[in-house]
Amino acid sequence: MAMNRKIKDNIAKYFFLCTALFSILALALITIYLFIEGLPIFKVTSVTDFIFGQYWYPTDAAHPEFGIATLITASLAVTILSSCLAIPLGVMTAIYMAEISTHEVRQIVKPVVELLASLPSVVIGFFGMVVVAPFLQDVFDLPVGLNLLNASLMLAFMSVPTICSVSEDAIYSVPRELKEASLALGATHWETIRKVILPASLSGISTAVILGMSRAIGETMVVLMVAGGAAMFPTSLFSPVRPMPASIAAEMAEAPFRSNHYHALFATGIVLFLFTLIFNIIAQHISEKHKQTGAATL
Amino acid sequence: MPTASHKLKVRKAYQTLAWTAFRGATGINGLALVIICVFLFRNGLSAITWSFLTEAPRDSMTAGGIFPCIVGTVLLSVGSMLVAFPLGVAAAIYLNEYARPGRTLRFIRLGINNLAGVPSVVFGLFGLAFFVIFFGFGVSLLSGVLTLAILILPVIIGTSEEALRSVPNTYREASLGLGATKWQTIRLVVLPAAVPGMLTGAILGLSRAAGETAAIMFTASVFYTPDLPTSIFSPVMALPYHVYVLATAGTNIDKTRPLQYGTALVLIALVLGMNLAAIWLRARLQKRR
Repeated sequence: MAMNRKIKDNIAKYFFLCTALFSILALALITIYLFIEGLPIFKVTSVTDFIFGQYWYPTDAAHPEFGIATLITASLAVTILSSCLAIPLGVMTAIYMAEISTHEVRQIVKPVVELLASLPSVVIGFFGMVVVAPFLQDVFDLPVGLNLLNASLMLAFMSVPTICSVSEDAIYSVPRELKEASLALGATHWETIRKVILPASLSGISTAVILGMSRAIGETMVVLMVAGGAAMFPTSLFSPVRPMPASIAAEMAEAPFRSNHYHALFATGIVLFLFTLIFNIIAQHISEKHKQTGAATL
Repeated sequence: MPTASHKLKVRKAYQTLAWTAFRGATGINGLALVIICVFLFRNGLSAITWSFLTEAPRDSMTAGGIFPCIVGTVLLSVGSMLVAFPLGVAAAIYLNEYARPGRTLRFIRLGINNLAGVPSVVFGLFGLAFFVIFFGFGVSLLSGVLTLAILILPVIIGTSEEALRSVPNTYREASLGLGATKWQTIRLVVLPAAVPGMLTGAILGLSRAAGETAAIMFTASVFYTPDLPTSIFSPVMALPYHVYVLATAGTNIDKTRPLQYGTALVLIALVLGMNLAAIWLRARLQKRR
């Protein structure tokens, strides 16, 4: 009887271990299948030509060109520009929720941020198309409103919730004694935030920022709908651009099965995947290395 | 000392200034949410009629309703939940109840965190290569369900773990003290106490799957299909993809504006409704504690 229970207990344990390992299996399969379908493109073009090539004419019958430098540049441009908006907005909202707001106000603000995070990306893209694009067109007198600026604005609101909630956790985890010591020395609450709480939570906030950027670079529907879609290097805020996810999503349906174009899109997917993987690993590294463990680590 | 009090006043003024900036930043977020919702509501409401919700699209999608899209989205999100929920809960049980700090745990966490960070279009590519082509499921409900299940798995693991963590250790100790094995303790004591919290995660996962576009556009959804899905191998229409298709493809973009607003409104109502339900459920649980 006791033996039987023991065996059952062990079976349960290993069963749960297997389910926990499933995420790693999924991640491995994703990597493997991206590479299986993406690597064949490097029979036609070299890795450097692919990454640094300036011309993306995958459907040209005579001389197809598979260079994604413009796509990578576009992805980085929308990510950096949206971060310039999302970082101050997200971090300031986090400080407001964690330090300034009353409990009642926080009970309202937190769900608002969560709902903002839950908005489907296609709806935000749609909003960018029908509201923000005509608005930009009018205000700046442009031929089209679908451009780098529009995409960055929309992406900013998608990464704010990520930045905000991760930063808020970081600010919460700053030990109380640090804050109280600063206030007791006569610093105002704002001075305490600026000189004690923010430096102490800097690693957590950096993690938040990187996760937010990772979200922005991988976001598909928004850039597909509002970035403009031109595979060119941006020359101004109002240049139409074609970030990597937009290119993949727009062209996959028309790329013939296992053609060079198809493989090139998967290879673009590999580059995108590596970008987000690196962002995520850096974020985890920072949050683990600089974990706040008691008041002494400031 | 007049200078000191003057300095304090200046310092206080800086604080007031900073507070205003923080309130402003928070306000902008709220404003963005309100503007998007109000805009879709005002423009979309006139399109919502009983026939819009219950009929199929007509006249090459320039008229008619969105019934097949609603059915498709419900099937995709519920299906992916049925796959991902048991798996996610089981993984969370391992992480919270069995795992000891160490290399295995760090490795698993790294996997989950990175899976959560994979862009949705990459899930789409993977689903295409693995489920659609390798397994030969084709562009179908099944391919979409499995792709979405992997996509929402990290959400479910995260919320389930939180639910398990909030079960007091005294429960476990009492059960173990009475001679129950670990598995009996988990099954009969810990899980029942954690179920409401896990439900929150299930609702969040559902809403995430319902709003997802890029992951289903190569794996499950099609531009237009006249029939409702008859088996798990049928391709489906879906609300988010329908919004995208109507808004960008075709020659009648302006003519179908009302349909676009209507579809977007239905989608956003579905997603925000589920999220509000999850938030409400969580608030109730916290109060009870």
